[in-house]
Amino acid sequence: MSTPTHEYHPDSTGSKIGMWLFLFTELLLFGGMFLLYAVYRVKNPADFHYASLNLDTKTGAINTAILLTSSLTMVLSIGMLERRHRKASLWFLIITIGFGVWFLVNKYLEWSHKIHHGIYPGSEELTGRTAGENLFYSLYFLMTGLHGIHVVAGMVVLGVMVWMIGKPHHRVLPVTTLPVDAQAHAVSVTVEYSEDAKLDQQKLIRLENAGLYWHLVDVIWIFLFPLFYLIS
Amino acid sequence: MTTTEPSYLENQSHRKGLASWIFSTDHKRIGVLYLISILIFFSVGVLIGVVMRLKMLWPGTHLYSAAAYNAFFTVHGVIQIFLFIIPGIPAAFGNFILPLQIGAKDVAFPRLNLLSWWVYVIGALLALTALFSGNGPPDTGWSFYVPYSLRTNTNVTLAVFAAFILGFSSILTGLNFITTIHRMRCPGMSWFRMPLFTWSLYATAWIQILATPILAVTLIMVMAERILNLGLFDPGRGGDPLLYQHLFWIYSHPAVYIMILPAMGVVSDVIPAFCRKNIYGYKAIAFSSLAIAFVGYLVWAHHMFTSGMSNTARMVFSLLTFLVAIPSGVKVFNWIATMYKASIKIEPPMLFAMTFLFLFAIGGLTGLLNGALATDINVHETYYVVGHFHYTMFGGTGMGFFAALLYWFPKMTGKMYNKRTIVVAWAHIFVGFNLLYFTMMIMGWLGMPRRYYSYPPQYHTYHVVATVGSWILATGVFMFLGAFLVALKKGTKVAANPWDATTLEWKTASPPPTENFQTIPTVTGGPYEFKDGHPA
Repeated sequence: MSTPTHEYHPDSTGSKIGMWLFLFTELLLFGGMFLLYAVYRVKNPADFHYASLNLDTKTGAINTAILLTSSLTMVLSIGMLERRHRKASLWFLIITIGFGVWFLVNKYLEWSHKIHHGIYPGSEELTGRTAGENLFYSLYFLMTGLHGIHVVAGMVVLGVMVWMIGKPHHRVLPVTTLPVDAQAHAVSVTVEYSEDAKLDQQKLIRLENAGLYWHLVDVIWIFLFPLFYLIS
Repeated sequence: MTTTEPSYLENQSHRKGLASWIFSTDHKRIGVLYLISILIFFSVGVLIGVVMRLKMLWPGTHLYSAAAYNAFFTVHGVIQIFLFIIPGIPAAFGNFILPLQIGAKDVAFPRLNLLSWWVYVIGALLALTALFSGNGPPDTGWSFYVPYSLRTNTNVTLAVFAAFILGFSSILTGLNFITTIHRMRCPGMSWFRMPLFTWSLYATAWIQILATPILAVTLIMVMAERILNLGLFDPGRGGDPLLYQHLFWIYSHPAVYIMILPAMGVVSDVIPAFCRKNIYGYKAIAFSSLAIAFVGYLVWAHHMFTSGMSNTARMVFSLLTFLVAIPSGVKVFNWIATMYKASIKIEPPMLFAMTFLFLFAIGGLTGLLNGALATDINVHETYYVVGHFHYTMFGGTGMGFFAALLYWFPKMTGKMYNKRTIVVAWAHIFVGFNLLYFTMMIMGWLGMPRRYYSYPPQYHTYHVVATVGSWILATGVFMFLGAFLVALKKGTKVAANPWDATTLEWKTASPPPTENFQTIPTVTGGPYEFKDGHPA
């Protein structure tokens, strides 16, 4: 708890606490929308049932499988880094991002299919239909849209991790490039930077946190899928 | 104590001047940044309030248009709530004092801390942009109620986006504080040795994390409605505007506890320091903070008693509202019990802490009338509510903020302000405050609705008294703030512990060195232990 330097030091538990608290806030963010969904579904059960039949369950199921598999590759990436197989870890990370892209492509096709048929909030086609169907599609676009933004955010985070793990971390600063006042302490500076273990641990903590975020994106989809595609 | 290490005010980074502040990850510098930004916005909010009162001197159309009046009360609310009271004590004093109080070198995530300040500034700039661009400043009131907020052509989308961004900053501060308190306490600093200010920040941080996301998603929906025309709150398309109110208050009621709890924490620290004795009922005060945080989450619909909810819902929420008065009462009685038979030193921080007690008691008791269904129907949407709200928020949180500034200013700067000026300012604030807000409660009781641009002649006298009160209050506030500007230049130097207080932040130099403590302290006793009138 009381290490002698002001510079931050890896506190694995601390970072995890911070990350979990952040994940709570994300869950609550979607919680507000689940609340609306629950109220409107209770008010319009028949319309919701009918609208849900028109969603393509197959695409939804494939996307669920994609995200679940991507969570597996995410865990494998962390496991590999733990065992110090940096390359393998990187590859699994890239595969995870690839799954994210695949998911979004499917989502894009699904959305454009709906929009092509004139089904989007406030469209002429929907105005002629029941209030419940309108609400269903508004919630569908809002919730899957916000989830999609989270997938993109997750991919950006994973992309940063690729860059972080990919760059060679063994960096010993040549003494002459240091500011003059630091040259006196050059020995200790060099030691700081060559502490492989410490840096590795830091990267691992970050990758684990990035993984937690990715799982969250996955978990939210696991709730969205049955609510929109399956329950009827 | 030797002061060989330079203080945090002396630049030790490779950056120069302003950059050494706005890019600093030192919690103390970030706290000061927050304090300065918050005080600037507070002053702007006060001035807008004065301008609003000025119009109310006479009924009818004069000075500026009704549309401008709508914009003024919206902007006044948005600034004072989102830019001053919510971040106020936690972001400014919490940042500065929390790590010192638990013997830590910094918060758990220093860079995230800096980010949260930047996010705050970006949110504030967006809010200001919303005022001066598009089709004019938002005119919906700070609560952005649908359907009006969806129909008005004013700059609501941008203002809502600004509030969304500010919520982000609040969440980041909250999760930073919780992690800090769990992970960074120095040896011997057990949970029940933590100062009560830290406890209150802990409870506040949990509300920030658990409530703010609901505001975020509600604001996202308002933006989505305005841009994408979803119809989720449009009765014509099956939506329900009441659901907006529910979602909004699920955040915004707990938010008033985000606002008041830290002020209660300040008072809990100030009272023992100037009563020269241990606080009465330490654990009761600590747990009542958590109880308020918990029960406060379940009372939101008492803002909606006249909105058309079922009677069952109204009675349940009324009951729960009365319950939240219990932990608040526990605190007030414990503070008074601490003062009982104490040798009280009425220094400026104590003066404002006592003012807090007095005004907050009025605010709290008048709130019970809002919690009771029958009376609430009469006073809802009247000046009574405005008066009550300002007694709790300005009389409570505002005075707590002032007490914190008075108490910790010597810690932050190593300088003492002119106490006489402060007392004169206090007299203005106290008189002006009661003239303004008590009069508001009376005219609200008599039926004057709030947010009206004009009024029938029978309310004229009350409006004149309230407006004169606003002048005295504003004079007091600016005299008060001015005293600190003068103190920065001419303040007398003080020793490390000018109040002879007991908590850990006073055991290091004033202003503290960058690393806070020369050696990490070890704590062996409670936070408020005195022996023969001096810290034990």
